[in-house]
Amino acid sequence: MSRLKMPPKLGGYIPRDRNWQPDALTPPYKTSVKRSPQAALLSFPTTLSEETSPVFGHNMLGELDNDLIHNYAQTGESAIGPRIIVHGRVLDENGRGVPGALLEFWQANAGGRYRHKKESYLAPLDPNFGGCGRTITAEDGSYEFATIQPGPYPWPNGMNDWRPAHIHFSIFGHGFAQRLITQMYFEGDPHIKLCPIVGILKTQEAIDALTAPLDMNRTVPMDSRAFKFDIVLRGQRQTYFENRKEGL
Amino acid sequence: MVQKLDYLRESPSQTAGPYVHIGCTPNFTGIDIYGGDLGTSMKTGPVQGTEITIKGIVFDGTGTPLRDAMIEIWQPDAAGLFPSANETRGTPDPHFTGWGRSPGDMDTGEFVFETVKPGAVPFPDGRMQAPHITAWIVARGINIGLHTRIYFDDETVANAADPILTRIEHQNRIPTLLAKKQGDGSYRFDVHLQGPLETIFFDI
Repeated sequence: MSRLKMPPKLGGYIPRDRNWQPDALTPPYKTSVKRSPQAALLSFPTTLSEETSPVFGHNMLGELDNDLIHNYAQTGESAIGPRIIVHGRVLDENGRGVPGALLEFWQANAGGRYRHKKESYLAPLDPNFGGCGRTITAEDGSYEFATIQPGPYPWPNGMNDWRPAHIHFSIFGHGFAQRLITQMYFEGDPHIKLCPIVGILKTQEAIDALTAPLDMNRTVPMDSRAFKFDIVLRGQRQTYFENRKEGL
Repeated sequence: MVQKLDYLRESPSQTAGPYVHIGCTPNFTGIDIYGGDLGTSMKTGPVQGTEITIKGIVFDGTGTPLRDAMIEIWQPDAAGLFPSANETRGTPDPHFTGWGRSPGDMDTGEFVFETVKPGAVPFPDGRMQAPHITAWIVARGINIGLHTRIYFDDETVANAADPILTRIEHQNRIPTLLAKKQGDGSYRFDVHLQGPLETIFFDI
C-alpha cells in the first residue's frame, strides 16, 4: 500500500484530566467494582485515529427528533409531565463553540420509568413518551430540545438508593478522542447529594458542572420552563506557528 | 495573584447506565423512531478492500458477559483514509462510514461488526502504525468510556513495527489488543474489563 503523506500539523487533543474525571473503581457505586480496569491506562498522544470522527449532517434529523414531548406521541397527544426546554452550548476546553456535534439524549418519564424491556419499576409507562431524542449543534455550538422533566426513581445498589432526576447525554465532537457520555441534573434536587453515581464525582465543582440551573429568560410563558446545560469537550492544543505556511 | 488561565474543564463523565440503548439504539429496544439506529451498517454500497466480520463479547471481572454495554468502533477505509471532515489527505471510500455501533446481543452480549480491513495510518511522527480500529466501550458500572484498539493477529510484521505496540511495557498483554482470525474467516475480539486477561485500555 502506498505511503500516505504526513498528517496535517494539528496539535492533538489536550490530555484528559484524570484527576478531574471520575475514577473507574468507585465501590459505593457497586457495579463499578467488577467492571473497572485495574491496570494503569496506556497513555499516548492522540493520532489521526482519535483526531477524526464520523460526520453527522443536519439532514439526517427529523422534525420531531428534538421534541420528546411529541416524538413518540400519538397524533394530537403529548407526553405527561412538567414541560421543559433544555438548551445550552457545546464548547471545547478553549472556550470555542463546537458546531455539528451530535447530541443524543435519553431519560425516564415523569414517573421515573424508562421504556425498556429490562426495566421493572412499578411506575407506569406513558404511552405517549418514548424517552429519547437527538439534535446537532448549530454554528455557535448551541442546541435545544423540548421534553418533560423526568422523575427520580429507585435503583438496586444500596437498600434505598434513588437517582436524582436526570437526562443522559451522548456527545460526538470532531474527534473520537472527544467522545463523551454524561448526565444532566436539575438545580435544587435534594437527591443529588445522596446519589452514589453523582458521588463518584470528586469535587463540588464537578457536580455543579453537571447541574443545570433554571433559566427563566428562556422559559416560554404559560408553556414551558427552561434549564441551561453547557457541555465541554476536550480541546485541541494550539501548535506553535500553527498558521504559518511551510517555507515562510 | 498571577493571571488566570481561562480554559474550561471537560464535562465530567457519568456512566451510560443500564438504558444507554434507549438513547443510542432505540430501535433495538423496541422504540420505533428515526427510521433506524445509527451505526448499524458501516457500508452504504460496494466497498473497496477486504470485507471482514469482527465478533466479540465484553466480560466483567467475574467472566460474566455484559449484556447492557454499547460498543462503538471507528476506523479508516481500506486505503487508510478516514470518512471524516478532518481528513485532508485524500478522498475516502464513499460507500464506507468508518463508524459502527453495536448494542450487543440482548441475551449473549455478543457484538458483531461487518466492516473492512483498515488501511495503515501514520503516527504523528510519520512512522506507519499497524492497521487498527479504535474501539470505545460504555455500560452500566463504567464511569468513563473505555478506549482501546483492535489490531489484527495476521499483521505480524506491521504489529512488530507499530509505534504504540512496541512501547507497551508488558509485552505479554499485547494479545489482548489482537483480533484473532477464526476458522470461518471472521475475527474474534473479546474484551475483558479486569482480571488476568484484562484488555489494555488507552488514555488517549
